[in-house]
Amino acid sequence: MNTIVLLTLTGLGLAALYFLVASGLSLVFGLADVLNFAHGLFLGVGAYGTWWAAGNLPGAGGEGLGFVLAVAFGVAAGTVVAVLVELVLIRPLYSRTIEQVLVTVGLSLAGVALLQATWGADARPFPRPAWTRQVTGILGAQVPNGGLLLIVAAAVVLGALLAFLRWTRYGLIIRAGVENREMVTALGIDVRKAFTLVFAIGGAAAALAGALGGVYFGTVSPGQGGSLLIFAFIVVVIGGMGSVVGSAYAAVAVGLLQQFVNYYGASGVGDLCVVALLAVVLLLRPQGIAGKVAHA
Amino acid sequence: MTDSMVEAPPARVPDELTPHRRGWHGLRPYLPLVALAVAAVLPYSTLELPGIFEGPLNSPGTLQLLAVCLVFGGLAAGYDLLFGRTGMLSFGHALYFAAGVYGTDILVTRAGLPLWQAALLTIVGGTILAGLLGAVALRTAGIAFAMVTLAFAQVGAILVARDFGGLTGGEEGLPLDVSGLPAGLVGVANTVNLYWLALAYLALVVFVVHRVSGSPTGRVLAGLRDDERRIGVLGLDPYRFKLVAFTLAGGLAAGGGVVYCLIVGGASPHITSSELTLSLLVMVVLGGPGTRWGPVLGGVGYMYLDHRLTAFGSSDAVESLPAFLSRPLSQPLFVLGTVFILAVYFFPGGLASLRTRLGPLARHLPARRSP
Repeated sequence: MNTIVLLTLTGLGLAALYFLVASGLSLVFGLADVLNFAHGLFLGVGAYGTWWAAGNLPGAGGEGLGFVLAVAFGVAAGTVVAVLVELVLIRPLYSRTIEQVLVTVGLSLAGVALLQATWGADARPFPRPAWTRQVTGILGAQVPNGGLLLIVAAAVVLGALLAFLRWTRYGLIIRAGVENREMVTALGIDVRKAFTLVFAIGGAAAALAGALGGVYFGTVSPGQGGSLLIFAFIVVVIGGMGSVVGSAYAAVAVGLLQQFVNYYGASGVGDLCVVALLAVVLLLRPQGIAGKVAHA
Repeated sequence: MTDSMVEAPPARVPDELTPHRRGWHGLRPYLPLVALAVAAVLPYSTLELPGIFEGPLNSPGTLQLLAVCLVFGGLAAGYDLLFGRTGMLSFGHALYFAAGVYGTDILVTRAGLPLWQAALLTIVGGTILAGLLGAVALRTAGIAFAMVTLAFAQVGAILVARDFGGLTGGEEGLPLDVSGLPAGLVGVANTVNLYWLALAYLALVVFVVHRVSGSPTGRVLAGLRDDERRIGVLGLDPYRFKLVAFTLAGGLAAGGGVVYCLIVGGASPHITSSELTLSLLVMVVLGGPGTRWGPVLGGVGYMYLDHRLTAFGSSDAVESLPAFLSRPLSQPLFVLGTVFILAVYFFPGGLASLRTRLGPLARHLPARRSP
């Protein structure tokens, strides 16, 4: 029983990480048709931004409010990079899907190399508050606090995103744009502003995933985003592109499957099961769990 | 997308109305053969090219670098069959290349098979693997297809890295056991044979891709790239044709893996990473997708730069620059990624389109000189 509770909660922690990366990817893809390979870069910027701020920014640090400030700095950095990427690189190639993908591919190669050039290829120890290194007893299982922090953060982000999509004007535009972009444009609404907004949201969520993932793993390295990104892609495809709720379901399914199979089977089999799940979903339901509709 | 305008092909001019071509234009169809002959006799030259290669042309180090470049030229040409000629954006092409490398390595080193059997089994196996995975992945299209192929390639990377059954050597890779290989392919002195092998592979891939794209099947593939719905309306099954292209490209990549395994003398896990597929994409786009020589040039040039930029990055000229310049410049991927982004914006046709792009300029210049 203890083991099952522990595996469920750590699996949910992993799912939270996937969701934070995948929600932005899914919205960007659903609205703007951009498969964003540079999303891993936003995650890296968030992680390194937090790490840098904790060491260098006055007032920020590894503990308490200082850590909150450091994470806020990392998220802000990720958001700014995401908005700049959209404005400078993606927008001129509007509606040329393949070129946009190519640009984000180039950006992911160059960006990760730049992070590596600046801070080295080796993993760096991540500053984290002392309490995140401890464990909490839940139903007899000793659960690491870093994982719980991720779950809480992902739940908050999910709630905020859904509220934003359902009750604000821009949320309405985004939902409508995912469903039928031409019609929204024809009604005289500038969808491109919504693109920038979606990139900002996605960049912020990915940067938050980078910062909290650093807390969870305890280290930060330039390649971290790339390996997470592949599973985030799988989550997006399983969940249905453009659906935040679908991403959440898919992230939970993928995270739990991976954690349980990796524990009870050999290490690595869980990752294979995730890809098998992807193949099954594609064969039975090619549009994913939720299809191409931004549900609020 | 499907709403783009398609230009009508220009009307064909009767042969007797076209002006007679002068001089070396008549030789143009034979230029590829001439280039092949020059590349084949290259190892007999002791020419020193300081700054471009570290030793004379026939030194083993230079020949090995050239051989790797040639293999990647062939690999990029094979990938172009998918991306440039059929319009399929696959992010999992590294899987079939890695299957070739690891398949040969495991069959020779762990199973002790003779090389020709191992190579044959590997290429057949790689082709079957591409056929099976393609059959699943091609149920999706466009971006979803890209993601699915990426996920399949990731499975390959995980299998290699986790080292199930102790076959692949995990993170450390698996050096090739050379004791059972033909003597002509072993040792530093015989690098030249590997160079010829790589050249033969490149020539084979270019020939196959050329023949396929000129055949009726190739026309269907080009049609799929331009307007898939129309091919369906014509009564042809897009799925089957795409599967043929995918399987053929996978088989060619597996063959490249066999040659690469011999050149490098083993397998290492980095060839399974998604980064390799992304580099293939970069090579094809830099060279010029859908052209005969563009991807080859792109592949050869990319690998050359990837190797040489590392040396360039640690050279004195770069070291003496301020840190904020020298550090990024010492990362080949940073330079290549930036060049790639610029190429997507400013040179959509890649290297192969340079001639047509510079053509108007060249015609304009002499006209200005003699008014």
